[in-house]
Amino acid sequence: MSAAENSSGSGGGTVEYIQHHLTNLCAGQCDPETHADAGFWALHVDTVFFSVVLAAVLITVSWRLGKNLTAGVPGGFQNFVESIIDFVATQVKDTFPGKNPLIAPLALTVFLWVWLMNFMDLIPVDLLPVIASWFGLHYLKAVPTTDLSTTMAMSLTVFALIIYYNIKIKGVLGYLKIFLFHPFGKFFVPVNIVMTLIEELAKPLSLGLRLFGNLFAGELVFLLIALIGGTLAVGAGALFWFPLQVILDLGWLIFHLLIITLQAFIFMVLTIVYLAMAHVEEH
Amino acid sequence: MNITVTLIAQMAAFVLLIWFVNKVLWGPMNALLSERQKRIADGLAAADKGRHELELSEQRAGEALKEAKVKASEIISMSEKRATEIVEEAKDSARAEGERLLAASRAEIEQEYNRAKEDLRASVAEIALAGAERILKREIDRKAHDQVLQDLVKQI
Repeated sequence: MSAAENSSGSGGGTVEYIQHHLTNLCAGQCDPETHADAGFWALHVDTVFFSVVLAAVLITVSWRLGKNLTAGVPGGFQNFVESIIDFVATQVKDTFPGKNPLIAPLALTVFLWVWLMNFMDLIPVDLLPVIASWFGLHYLKAVPTTDLSTTMAMSLTVFALIIYYNIKIKGVLGYLKIFLFHPFGKFFVPVNIVMTLIEELAKPLSLGLRLFGNLFAGELVFLLIALIGGTLAVGAGALFWFPLQVILDLGWLIFHLLIITLQAFIFMVLTIVYLAMAHVEEH
Repeated sequence: MNITVTLIAQMAAFVLLIWFVNKVLWGPMNALLSERQKRIADGLAAADKGRHELELSEQRAGEALKEAKVKASEIISMSEKRATEIVEEAKDSARAEGERLLAASRAEIEQEYNRAKEDLRASVAEIALAGAERILKREIDRKAHDQVLQDLVKQI
């Protein structure tokens, strides 16, 4: 595999192949050898690039669709988009109490953006790194959601919204009261503080880590499958290993298509649920 | 995981994208969907209204038909009545005319009869005179017997 050949340094075994693939293209404060983060100003160029490109795709397609919307009988693509919007709107309506004009666009953005970023996982693992190597970029991690920075950025934004709406709806005192008297009543205040703190902090952590973990693992499995026909197969063995790789890859691809949709859906639903909990006056 | 500028960049991208999605996708789509919802509701309401109106006009048509039938039968009975009246009038006038004609013919007959009688009277006088002349073979003094003749004529 050309990606393995491109990897600088000694050896070139399977571990290096995988590690190479799981390293972001880093700019700024980075380790010049391993491309690991070395400070606050470490920018994962590939992560930002692909997520912004996908966002741009999303905006462009939406904008072009928006130019010829019809309130009459919708055409093919409009029909498809309408069904997605309707699906998200139904989720929001079923879960979220009251009205907040931010929730539905937020949920829609989460669903579409996460799905698009997850979809990058289905592109053959070596394709984009090889293309990048032609342009002299020797590290590339194409799936933004396999970067903790992306998933945590979204979950922390949602967390900020959770805190904002908690304070807005319940007031600062109302929100603090939950920490003091929830879940065991007023005689267990210290326990309550710890419990509620863990509960609140678990929200963004579980949200971000779940998506990251699923996609990271999925990417890893793709890498392992790619290794079957690549590094492992030498000479006549390729006759056996290569078809196996194709079959496994296809199977995992189909299964992963389900996973990326499911993960996008879960992220969206949990976002709605957490914000709905922030809007409820009393537990 | 380190908090790096990547995280900040991704947060900014996320927030911007939410704004954009709301602007270009959710906003227009939501407006469109609610517009279509309104359109469908309007259409259904219009259909309901139409159905109601149809019912009303059917009812109205039925009433008009019934009224027309009543009027028609009225007209028919009136014209029947008028026809009998005309027939009666015709009969009356015919009878009157007949009577008039009858009376006129009678008067004429009477007149003719009288005239004939007068003629006859005149002729009788002359015949009688002529007869008498022949019988007497002489001229009768007309003046002397005028009175007699006049009496004779009156007797006829």
